[in-house]
Amino acid sequence: MTTRVGVVTFPGSLDDRDAQRAVKLAGAEPVALWHGDKDLRQVDAVILPGGFSYGDYLRAGAIARFSPVMETIIEQARSGLPVLGICNGFQVLCESHLLPGALTRNDHLHFVCRDQRLRVENAATAWTSAYAAGQEITIPLKNGEGGYVADARTLDELEAEGRVVFRYLEVNPNGSRRDIAGVTNAAGNVVGLMPHPEHAVEELTGPSTDGLGFFTSVLKKLVS
Amino acid sequence: MSTSPTRHLDTVKHAAGSPDAAQPWAELGLKREEYDRIREVLGRRPTGAELAMYSVMWSEHCSYKSSKVHLRQFGDKAPHSDALLVGIGEQAGVVDVGQGYAVTFKIESHNHPSYVEPYQGAATGVGGIVRDIIAMGARPIAVLDPLRFGAADHPDTRRVLPGVVAGIGGYGNCLGLPTIGGEVVFDPCYQGNPLVNALCVGVMRHEDIHLAKASGVGNKVILYGARTGGDGIGGASILASETFDAAKPSKRPAVQVGDPFQEKLLIECTLEVFAEGLVVGIQDLGAAGLSCATSELASAGSGGMRVDLDRVPLRDPSLSPEEILMSESQERMCAVVEPGKVERFLEICAKWDVIATVIGEVTDGERLEIFWHGEQIVDVPPRTVAHDGPVYERPFARPGWQDELQADDPARLARPSGGAELRAQVLRLAGSPNQAAKSWITDQYDRYVLGNTVLAQPEDGAVLRIDEETGLGIALATDGNGRYAKLDPYAGAQLALVEAYRNVAATGARPLAVTDCLNFGSPEDPAVMWQFAEATRGLADACRVLGTPVTGGNVSLYNQTGEAAIHPTPVVGVLGVLDDVARRTPMAFREEGLLLYLLGETRAEFGGSAWADVVHGHLGGLPPRVDLERERLLAEILVAASRDGMIDAAHDLSDGGLVQAVAESCVRGGRGARLVPPDGLDPFTFLFSESTARAVVAVPRSEELRFTDMCAARNQPAARIGVVDGDALELQGHFTIPLAELRETHERTLPALFG
Repeated sequence: MTTRVGVVTFPGSLDDRDAQRAVKLAGAEPVALWHGDKDLRQVDAVILPGGFSYGDYLRAGAIARFSPVMETIIEQARSGLPVLGICNGFQVLCESHLLPGALTRNDHLHFVCRDQRLRVENAATAWTSAYAAGQEITIPLKNGEGGYVADARTLDELEAEGRVVFRYLEVNPNGSRRDIAGVTNAAGNVVGLMPHPEHAVEELTGPSTDGLGFFTSVLKKLVS
Repeated sequence: MSTSPTRHLDTVKHAAGSPDAAQPWAELGLKREEYDRIREVLGRRPTGAELAMYSVMWSEHCSYKSSKVHLRQFGDKAPHSDALLVGIGEQAGVVDVGQGYAVTFKIESHNHPSYVEPYQGAATGVGGIVRDIIAMGARPIAVLDPLRFGAADHPDTRRVLPGVVAGIGGYGNCLGLPTIGGEVVFDPCYQGNPLVNALCVGVMRHEDIHLAKASGVGNKVILYGARTGGDGIGGASILASETFDAAKPSKRPAVQVGDPFQEKLLIECTLEVFAEGLVVGIQDLGAAGLSCATSELASAGSGGMRVDLDRVPLRDPSLSPEEILMSESQERMCAVVEPGKVERFLEICAKWDVIATVIGEVTDGERLEIFWHGEQIVDVPPRTVAHDGPVYERPFARPGWQDELQADDPARLARPSGGAELRAQVLRLAGSPNQAAKSWITDQYDRYVLGNTVLAQPEDGAVLRIDEETGLGIALATDGNGRYAKLDPYAGAQLALVEAYRNVAATGARPLAVTDCLNFGSPEDPAVMWQFAEATRGLADACRVLGTPVTGGNVSLYNQTGEAAIHPTPVVGVLGVLDDVARRTPMAFREEGLLLYLLGETRAEFGGSAWADVVHGHLGGLPPRVDLERERLLAEILVAASRDGMIDAAHDLSDGGLVQAVAESCVRGGRGARLVPPDGLDPFTFLFSESTARAVVAVPRSEELRFTDMCAARNQPAARIGVVDGDALELQGHFTIPLAELRETHERTLPALFG
């Protein structure tokens, strides 16, 4: 049986087709999920893609959190469903309190699109097992509100529990605290990050194929 | 601005009974004879609503009244092309790229609004051109933005440029379209008149091409998208069709305000109604808003049209019917739908949270009739509004200063002597605002979204994959050089074309078709009109020779503040096709040991060159000679070399000459190069000449013989000029510039100015 990975489309989602392509290239079956539908169509994992859900009105991710599909995702994530939030999806996960912290306007106040070097700090999550801890990868980053913030205690806790999954290398592109690019929940099934692994899955269109590991990781976990 | 607040409604009946009522035709931008002509067409004075419609539709921006007589050449001289599916005159041209795919692309200007309000002006410029592409039935897949600003170090450029760039990024990024190319040029001539042009490209299957028309009596007219507000009233007539005047009041309210989220919904919603076959015709609402959409749809169809204007959803309930007709509120479209399909159409709109309202229907008459709460306020033959506007044969004359300008030969300029001076000038050019890296700007644009970007700026041409299975793809480039066009507008327009053509070919794509954005000063100035006449003639002539028809585009006149017009600036976009994007040729030198070949002939041509500008602040003489046959041959060589895997990198030679091109390819690939001038060429001319029909290519040693044989067989001049090697750019025997220094010089300029 093929593994089914759902990709949610909110109004304003932009990288939903790209996430579906990445899932397919990794060997799983992408399943389109609609924001207004509570039914997750029996998927084995969910991706919240990049974009500007609901136009980022009010605050990035703030409205998406209350959509019908998120009700089910929040519930199932708490019982172990693998969920990956990319960029706007990361913002939605923070707004939903599935992940701690928040994303704020880039410190330099500009949108930035660049090929970003990252270090994989935790290779034990549902979405990173294809990497080795400490491995360095390059994948695109593109955001206007990617500055990761949390209070010092939360940051200390995240560090102590190994829940910082990715850290920016060479350049901190948005003023994120402690160079944090992505984090996970305590169980390791929910991961959010600002950079875009789905844009680094083919030699032809990406700076590398370093992003493919996200999608093969979840596949491996679900098959085993 | 006000459209004369009428206390009681100016109905058709009322107008017929009050022939002498004073009307604000002059305030609406109409000339006396134009107003008289409207009265003649209607056989009475127009109502306030009719006057509003005619004034916006007969504006320079919408009617092309000054340019039309010259633009006809693009049709008359068009080369035969099997690839052309829809030609000039529709919302955008459509080109066959093979495998059942059709590509539509068009460039437009949003110059005036972007000076008044940079962020919104540039943002809505992107929004407008994207809707043109959607209206053809295509999914938009990318945007390119050719931009021109005043002097890089002028304080007002610091206001305009960051706003324009943020506006393009803010809109395009949120819309989910990659911004993958364009240009950024600085010149004091654009100080009060920046040029913000935007090109959008879309793709569809042949069978999905849709043309805007309203046919079939009883079919419903549906307005969908954003509510109508008071923004952008008179944008086309007041803002885009007059010169700026410091003494006049602010034109800010004439600039529209954009909402990219609404536009994203509009894209998805429109593509879904097209896919289900629910529409007869669709038109976007851009310049002149509802006036344009209703009159154009009605005149393209077979019947008349009745519209109940009071059904239009409003953001501001106090708007008068005249204002509703003139509003340029963004993110709106108009569809003609058969009655049996209306319900499904409205369902799809509801799914995407898009407001949709039936505002009228197609009638069996020949008139466009508009009602306001049951009373008739418009009764016109739609063609007279949309197509039969005034046409002017504006006087034109070669300006008196042209001869003097051309006689000011750059041969008199002091040339660098010795290696140290050559080295210094190479670095000066590489770090000058026009030649410097533009990543401070382009890194504010999403180039990855949609996952099909194969090459993006600073590459010569942008390359997009359109079929993931077969690898079919397209390439696009936009170019223009106002300095060349100032020296000789006929040659200048051709130089814009050949540069874009060459850039597309450098990626390995076969050039197919052209779109153009003609940016000029006031048509009321005979010198400007001469530039315009020369440029259009030059472009049409060159398109015929190269076999690339002009499929559509845009004219922007009145880019003038007071007496000072901008350089004539025809910007040309060229579309090409690649059968397999995996074969594309990038510009970066990526491997040590590659052999560098200079293709084409180099002459001492410095008129309008970057060297003359940067080193001497000079503009004079003649621009480089155009040789269309050589351009075509070079393109064939570049395409064949790419297809057969003979070259590893290619970079077109244009402003800044060979050394600028080589420097860019070195920096991009992180490799150095060692150069040796070919026999008979002095180092200065070798480095800085801007002779056309040239490119530099990097050839693997294993392919050298095959490549040179091909060039020899085709009579393509090709000279070995060096090798990719080490970590410096070296002109053997003259100078060495470490790669790190070159990169630093090339990349620090824009952040220092705007960061």
